[in-house]
Amino acid sequence: MSNGYDLIVNGNSVHVQGDGTKPLLSVLRNELGLRGSRFGCGTEQCGACMVLIDGEPSFSCARAIESLAGKSVTTVEGLSPVGSLSPLQQAFLDEQAGQCGYCLSGILISAAALLARNPTPSRGEIAAALDRHLCRCGVHNRIMRAVARAGALIGARP
Amino acid sequence: MTTLPKSLLDNPLLGTWISFEEAGRVRLATGKVEIGQGVLTALAQIAAEELDISPARLRIVSGETPTSPREGFTSGSNSIAISGSSIRLVCAEVRALFLRYVADRLACPIGALAIEDGRFLRAGRHIGQDYWSIAAEVDLARPAAGDAAPKPPSNYRIVGQSLSRLDLADKVTGAAFIHDLAPDDVLHARMLRRPWPGARLADFDEAAVRRAAGAPIDIVRDGDLVAFTSDDEVAVMRAAQSARGLAVWTGGARPPSAAGEPNWIRAQRARDRIVETGAVVGAAGNRVVEASFSRPFLTYGSIGPSCALAEYRDGALTVWTHSQGVFELRKWLAHALHIDPAQVTVLHRQGAGCYGHNSADDAAFDAAFVAMRTPNRTVRVQWTREDEFSAAPMGSAMVVGLRAVLDANSRPADWTIEIWSPVHAQRPGMNGSANLLGAEALTDAPSPPAEINDVADDAGGGATRNAQALYDLPRHKLVHHLLPHVPVRTSSLRGLGAFANVFAIESFMDELAETAGEDPVAYRLSLMSDPRGRQVIETAAEMADWFGTTAHDGRARGFGFARYKNRAAYAAVVAEVEVDEQVRLRRVWAAVDAGLVINPDGAANQIEGGIIQAASWTLKEGVRFADGRVASDSWESYPILHFSEVPEIDIRFIEARHQPTLGLGEASLGPTAAAIGNAVARTLGRRIRALPLTRERIMATLLAEN
Repeated sequence: MSNGYDLIVNGNSVHVQGDGTKPLLSVLRNELGLRGSRFGCGTEQCGACMVLIDGEPSFSCARAIESLAGKSVTTVEGLSPVGSLSPLQQAFLDEQAGQCGYCLSGILISAAALLARNPTPSRGEIAAALDRHLCRCGVHNRIMRAVARAGALIGARP
Repeated sequence: MTTLPKSLLDNPLLGTWISFEEAGRVRLATGKVEIGQGVLTALAQIAAEELDISPARLRIVSGETPTSPREGFTSGSNSIAISGSSIRLVCAEVRALFLRYVADRLACPIGALAIEDGRFLRAGRHIGQDYWSIAAEVDLARPAAGDAAPKPPSNYRIVGQSLSRLDLADKVTGAAFIHDLAPDDVLHARMLRRPWPGARLADFDEAAVRRAAGAPIDIVRDGDLVAFTSDDEVAVMRAAQSARGLAVWTGGARPPSAAGEPNWIRAQRARDRIVETGAVVGAAGNRVVEASFSRPFLTYGSIGPSCALAEYRDGALTVWTHSQGVFELRKWLAHALHIDPAQVTVLHRQGAGCYGHNSADDAAFDAAFVAMRTPNRTVRVQWTREDEFSAAPMGSAMVVGLRAVLDANSRPADWTIEIWSPVHAQRPGMNGSANLLGAEALTDAPSPPAEINDVADDAGGGATRNAQALYDLPRHKLVHHLLPHVPVRTSSLRGLGAFANVFAIESFMDELAETAGEDPVAYRLSLMSDPRGRQVIETAAEMADWFGTTAHDGRARGFGFARYKNRAAYAAVVAEVEVDEQVRLRRVWAAVDAGLVINPDGAANQIEGGIIQAASWTLKEGVRFADGRVASDSWESYPILHFSEVPEIDIRFIEARHQPTLGLGEASLGPTAAAIGNAVARTLGRRIRALPLTRERIMATLLAEN
């Protein structure tokens, strides 16, 4: 048994104990109380569990916690301070980019990573960045518009 | 006396729907539940409009058996038309009762009074009273009379506006679903599912499963129903995964690999019914056109697998669920678990998108089953993705045959539609049966239904939904082959039979137009007397510049039209596709007449979502079977449309605010399938009549040509 794993989650140092093979998603939801990252398939095929690991969008549902020692994890809860919305989240509300909303927290993660490296993505670039995410309600166009809108907002900042 | 809507007849007391207990807040109770479509936002708009309050004042109670009106299932695109019309009448009457009370007290005519965000005004001045200050004086424990006139639509300020979804902010910031409700001391559970209907668990290496779990688990078993429980969710996930591989099953009815294919469907034992109307007119017998269409079994494929919580304490069972029908679920949970329904409370909480009868009710049963064997714990059951694909109800595969005898003007003088289909509705309570998956595996399973029937035609039909084309057909014959004994668990998937029927009818209309040598839209219009139908067809054609565009190499447009259930919203769709080795959907235009639209942006979202989902069904989807079980049990083996495959979509609503609201959540799917199919047929010069229009089918068609 190891002594556990130290990582950064949403800017805070956390120490995770126990079995190093348990998936990050279970740790986030059950041990750290961060339930915005969602279980969809458990096999990295739908994107509902997407988080940033050292800034890169990564599936959390099958990612062993032992592989994350020293790394920085950002979940949807980390995209904005509690009680406020990031420009990206606000853009999703402005475009009403959701129906059931189950896929959105993962999509926001990939969108945030895209905008961090390219604040003015084309529709094709947005689609490519989100292609690992499934949405069943058919909100894709609204989501792509919201990402473009957020990029314009972020880009317009001084 | 007005005829009251069914929801109001069933729940006549005004106070059931509306009350003012908390200062500044209005409690609105509905039996309808949010399943991802924004229905609660729209219902709130209707209530706020009639009460003259800000929508922000509403506190909505939805789908809770102790307090909500009983309103059946949230299904069939009925919520706004039926629950919404009840809420409108109730709120108009509540408003009138309060105004009458104030007018009496002030000895002034009602006409001198107005309400502004819940506060009463006389001659434009606040009188210092509001709903809350006089709520105790106005008795709402009385049946609705239905005699208070709702506002005329021309006075609407809230209805008809695109109010933001009430629930969306929570969903872009964090926890918002039933999946997220577990208390810290929850008992996690996972189920072992039978791999095909009626399978018996012959052997099961418990010790190996416990080893695989990696932490202590308990195994709860009754008959062929097995649950793994633990304080550690990872342990039960691993146990369930291991057990799935280790369990040995025998008996039951194993679906063959051909299940869902047209020839298999036609070969199933059937109960037949024929409905004939009209008489042949004109010089029939000139030409006969016949074609047969099909779709495979489809799965609803929600992104979030079903989840439920349950707690059994002091002889009372509480269940949290994302079921579409909490009252029916309560009744049948009680029946299957041998408990007094009065001791069962069922509370709706939001799940992931629901596009039909999914596994929500089954998960609720699973949680209740475990909870009753582990009292005083909150039990959380989470379905696995694999079980969602293989054990949840599926949308029925169908074959639809069409035959038209054309008159001298190439119009159908005699029309026959012949449908082969398993049933489209096996929700809890239907056919007098619990229809709860876990219950069927118990030692004392509830008795199966004596006879399996589909949704009745007058309730919108199951396989026969939209079987009757809306066109002017002097003579119509429906042959319905109901297939009650298939080794696949079928139930309601968005649109039910309408999807395949509209795909077939609207594909066939193109074939008839081709036979007649006419433009497909012009041909449709020549057979459409319904003015609202004509208007959506003409509008969609205009949006896409149908008559001004010519097809060029590899790219073409197709048309599709239907009025959902022949009584809900009208939708006409134009699809533009490119076809190389596969179909690339480029653009879609849709025109819709849904009568009074409560929330235009929400309505557009529903129509667009339906178009994209239908595109996915049409181009990609079909359940596959192998080795006597479902083989397509992952997103890899059951692919759906991705972001990069989604077309740009334009939607226009016909202005019809003085017409009753028409349900629209399922209106765009059938026309979309037909529009895509027709566009592909025009591009290829050959028609593929079996869905989905996959790369393999396109390639086979192209090769067959050469």
